Amino acid sequence: MQPMHTRRRPIRTVGLGLLTFLFLGLIWYGLSWSGVVKPLFLPRPEAVLAAFGAMHEEGILWQYTWDSTYRVMVGWALAAVAGVPLGAAIATSRRVAATAGPLMEFARYLPVVALVPLTLLYFGIGDAQKFAVIFLGTFFQLVLMVADTVSRVPKDLLRAAYTLGASRSQAYRLVLLPGALPGILDDLRITIGWAWTYLVVAELVAANSGLGYMILRAQRFLAIDRIFAGLIIIGLLGLLTDWGFKLLTRLAVPWSDKAIK
Amino acid sequence: MLHIDKLTKTFGQGDKAVTALDSTDLNVGRGEFAVVVGPSGCGKSTLLNIVAGLERPTSGSVTLEGEHVTGPGAERGMVFQSYTLFPWLTVRKNVEFGLRIKGVSPAERADTARHYIAMVGLEEFENALPKELSGGMQQRVAIARVLANKPRMLLMDEPFGALDAQTRLQLQEQLLRVWRQEKATVLFITHDIDEAILLGDRVHVMSKRPGRLVEEVPVDLQRPRDHTVTVSQDFARLKKRVMDRLFRELA
Ligand SMILES: Nc1ncnc2c1ncn2[C@@H]1O[C@H](COP(=O)(O)OP(=O)(O)OP(=O)(O)O)[C@@H](O)[C@H]1O
Ligand SMILES: [Mg+2]
Repeated sequence: MQPMHTRRRPIRTVGLGLLTFLFLGLIWYGLSWSGVVKPLFLPRPEAVLAAFGAMHEEGILWQYTWDSTYRVMVGWALAAVAGVPLGAAIATSRRVAATAGPLMEFARYLPVVALVPLTLLYFGIGDAQKFAVIFLGTFFQLVLMVADTVSRVPKDLLRAAYTLGASRSQAYRLVLLPGALPGILDDLRITIGWAWTYLVVAELVAANSGLGYMILRAQRFLAIDRIFAGLIIIGLLGLLTDWGFKLLTRLAVPWSDKAIK
Repeated sequence: MLHIDKLTKTFGQGDKAVTALDSTDLNVGRGEFAVVVGPSGCGKSTLLNIVAGLERPTSGSVTLEGEHVTGPGAERGMVFQSYTLFPWLTVRKNVEFGLRIKGVSPAERADTARHYIAMVGLEEFENALPKELSGGMQQRVAIARVLANKPRMLLMDEPFGALDAQTRLQLQEQLLRVWRQEKATVLFITHDIDEAILLGDRVHVMSKRPGRLVEEVPVDLQRPRDHTVTVSQDFARLKKRVMDRLFRELA
């Protein structure tokens, strides 16, 4: 019974989700066409479409989308490559936890936005500064999330492995790692969402390209249709990454509860 | 075969110190099915964990065939009360786990795994994931997983404690069959007196905390046994003896 239920659910949820978007679109249409809200504040849908077209013609639509995506990917990948092992180490070694734990707790309460001026000072306004902002915004959180995820793997699974003859490194590799994998994938999915937020913050403050930069310029020129176009792109990219991660979860850890959602 | 000598275990220090085991002695002979019963929280799991090498004693020693136990090892297989199958591995891969660690070739370990999966009657579920199995089935796989490792001794900490009465009865009988087939040496923990007498060659009664073995009841019921033995006169006599001793502890 369970498999049938889980197979049918995605289709229905996708359908419901589309319905919500359709509904919102209709409201938007109604509001802008009836003149209840001035076009200065709420562009008409076709104006936004036209903005997409215009940006495509200027050659910035794909360029900026790619620039932003690239920055998010690199910044977040750096955080992931460093953060996942450190988080796992904190969860498994008391010494590492004592050494690095307090610093992580301290650092994660620093608002990243307040660090933007420093990053500008150190890295200028190029890609490196964007990587730095995203890294600072996601790394510390990710470390703590992964540490929590790893320490949640049931201790009895490890004990069972030891009594079956596993050494410590075998138990970590064959039990702790696969046991924590679904949770780690989830942690990565959540932090990549934050990475997008921090990127846009960084691009709004200082950049020569990218979606945040585009939105800021559009605001200066009161091109609200472009602001909306930018928001839609960011939203879609977020949606796409989320789907990607869910697909990956289903493929990589089909045994987990997390693979069903 | 197994000698437990003046085993003491104290958790914590100072005011908060809890003595779980107090100078406990226990011997289990080769091929013997030894059972420990005792009130809740008296230190039964602590005793087994120390034998398994998962915990260190405060003092005293455990030796298996003359070798000191200093840490966990494959020669002392353990079945836990909680479900401990690896959820990402199929039934067969779970049963192969210990062999994989020993470096046994894939073909050979598949054969061994199939043999023990059949022994616990789960051939049809070889490729199922643990989440597709009932609790009783999971414990049967856990037993097969330990047996496939060919341990010198089987440690079982209330393996059927979480199961319903019927399933438990089935598994008890199956365990008896497997034990006979494998000529295994077992140290089994339970707080179910019927289970203790049905399974055991000898029932050790443990005192309330700090745990000590206060009585040893040899079970002279004929083997092979099945659940019909539980309604016999002899069974009732043994049960009364164990019960009286336990209630004296609880009083
Ligand atoms: N790691 C630990 N730290 C502190 N105290 C512990 C620890 N493990 C067990 N204890 C204490 O030692 C005592 C014995 O625990 P143990 O789990 O061995 O009892 P048990 O006989 O197995 O109980 P149950 O019948 O509930 O399974 C308990 O009072 C428990 O609170
Ligand atoms: Mg216990």
